[in-house]
Amino acid sequence: MAKLNSNAKAIIVDKVTKSYVNGKKKTTALDQISFEVTAGSLFGLIGPDGAGKTSLFRILTSLLLPDEGSVFVDGLNVQTEYKTLRQRIGYMPGKFSLYTDLTIQENIEFFASLFGTTFEENYDLIKDLYIQIAPFKDRRAGKLSGGMKQKLALCCALIHRPTILFLDEPTTGVDAVSRKEFWEMLQLLKAEGITIIVSTPYMDEATLCDQVALIQEGKILGIDTPQHIIEGFDKAIYAIKSPNMLQLLKHLEKDPAVEHVYPFGEFHHIVMKQKDSVIRIPEAAVMEKITPNIEDVFIDLMRSHAS
Amino acid sequence: MSPLRYILEKEFKQIFRNPAILKVIFVMPVIQLIALPMAADYEIKNINIAVIDRDHSTVSNKLVQKITASNYFKLVEYNSDFEASMELIENDKADLILEIPKNFEANLYQEKATKLFLAVNAINGVKANLGAAYMTNIVQSYNADFRIQTITPGRFNELPIFEISSTNWYNPKMNYKIFMVPGILVLLITIVGMNLSSINIVREKEMGTIEQINVTPIKKTHFILGKLLPFWIIGLVVISVGFLIAWLVYGIIPLGSYFTLYLFAAIYLLVILGIGLLISTYSENQQQAMLVTFFLMMIFVLMGGLYTSIDSMPDWARWFTRLNPISYFIEVMRMVVLKGSGIVDTGKQFLIMIGYAIVINTWAVLSYQKRA
Repeated sequence: MAKLNSNAKAIIVDKVTKSYVNGKKKTTALDQISFEVTAGSLFGLIGPDGAGKTSLFRILTSLLLPDEGSVFVDGLNVQTEYKTLRQRIGYMPGKFSLYTDLTIQENIEFFASLFGTTFEENYDLIKDLYIQIAPFKDRRAGKLSGGMKQKLALCCALIHRPTILFLDEPTTGVDAVSRKEFWEMLQLLKAEGITIIVSTPYMDEATLCDQVALIQEGKILGIDTPQHIIEGFDKAIYAIKSPNMLQLLKHLEKDPAVEHVYPFGEFHHIVMKQKDSVIRIPEAAVMEKITPNIEDVFIDLMRSHAS
Repeated sequence: MSPLRYILEKEFKQIFRNPAILKVIFVMPVIQLIALPMAADYEIKNINIAVIDRDHSTVSNKLVQKITASNYFKLVEYNSDFEASMELIENDKADLILEIPKNFEANLYQEKATKLFLAVNAINGVKANLGAAYMTNIVQSYNADFRIQTITPGRFNELPIFEISSTNWYNPKMNYKIFMVPGILVLLITIVGMNLSSINIVREKEMGTIEQINVTPIKKTHFILGKLLPFWIIGLVVISVGFLIAWLVYGIIPLGSYFTLYLFAAIYLLVILGIGLLISTYSENQQQAMLVTFFLMMIFVLMGGLYTSIDSMPDWARWFTRLNPISYFIEVMRMVVLKGSGIVDTGKQFLIMIGYAIVINTWAVLSYQKRA
């Protein structure tokens, strides 16, 4: 597959709406979503459960038709040119969905053959991943550990050398070490020229992406590079700590000058309504002004949109 | 190479890695084919009879002897108390009461006529019907014997008598098993075929693997064919095992050719598997698929002409059985096995099955959507 030139758009989503009708109740999963993804970049879709991430992925991978709007992936219209498109994309669903009664090797070879290619032909692309699971290649996929399953799934999604790779919550339920490894792997794939779209409920992973979109209740709240997103935050934010954290939280929630307060590691983070407002804090508490991280920005965005 | 080959390879691997499926496919039909025809017999034996003999004469004695000697009846009570016999019926210990009235013998000799009373426990309708019919037969034959013994024959019969003598064609001894075994074999391959195919695609849905398949460029037809062919082959293997058992255990060898049977089975299996796949594409999980299959199977089996005769059904039901693939196969199976019919004789059934196969499978391919 030819490499796309760097300023080409890998994905163009324009005013996409999708709703599900469940009995008489209509649930809007995606509401007038528009965004673009630059070819060769690592694009993160961050949002809580039920935000519409999977629906969006299913539309992008041509599994689901949008109610309104148009979607172009790799220059192809997902509604009409899906047959060509399916040759070019790799999709790893959030739920492990390979054949549990086939071995690692059989799964990879089966998916390779479905795309009219072979394991050997694209071995160099998955080599780094494959050598990690190679010792178990004759083991059935159902008997693998979670991390192994995930590596296998990524192998299967890559075996036909897609130009765009879709990963739906690949790190959900994976331990911290494996997560780190996984993201390193994504950086390598990006270096190969593959555009990667990844969704995650973990906000800390946002900084690892070239560009992130925050999605909530079917709407995109913000879309930018992680750096710009942090810089765009102009509220005053403090970290506070005291021996009795629960009582402190309750106390701060009542304070009229506080916009919102939430536990963050061993601290509580406080976002002020006004930049210069002052609050009364208990004697034992220690408060310090901090620079926000990406999670603070997202929490703020989500809270202000929810209300 | 065709992607179909890879799908077939994968399907077969999955089937042979599932030991439970193999058992269901081969062991269960064998057991059923051996057990069912032996047990599920139409002939009713061991009908429990209570005789109330108020006469205690030679004639009544002979009648009772004749009844018990027939093998169909088991004498459970012999007394002269109606209440006691009725109690047996109420406790389900007797199915029939035959009451021989007082002066039975005397009336028979003097007045040349007498009466018998028969009470039937009709809770089990089939048993009651047959029991009463057997009993009537025995009494009538006894009656005829009695007349021959007692009437001095005249030069001619005083009354004209029709006697019907019948021969049973195609199954001269009315061997029940020759009639049942081919039918049960049809049911077995139907159950195996429809169940396996109906839970197959749905299993991929439940496992989520269908998502992964759907994003590949694979053609719908290839995917459906890949699902259908393995079970088609398994179906033909099961039917071969069935023929083998029919020959080894029951000595049944079709009068017609095996070729006709296999050809029909091949088309029939396409219909059955197509119905299974159709159920599968419309169901969301295995439970739904199994339930729908089960209900369909029940209708197909009970209205298929194996357990009840289609000709005696009401008109609307007969129309309905024309949609029932099982009824065609049972018909063809019996025609070929018992009568030696060939392809030409069963041409109508062949054409209907081919049409059915085309409609169902086209529908199955169309209804399977790779996208929502």
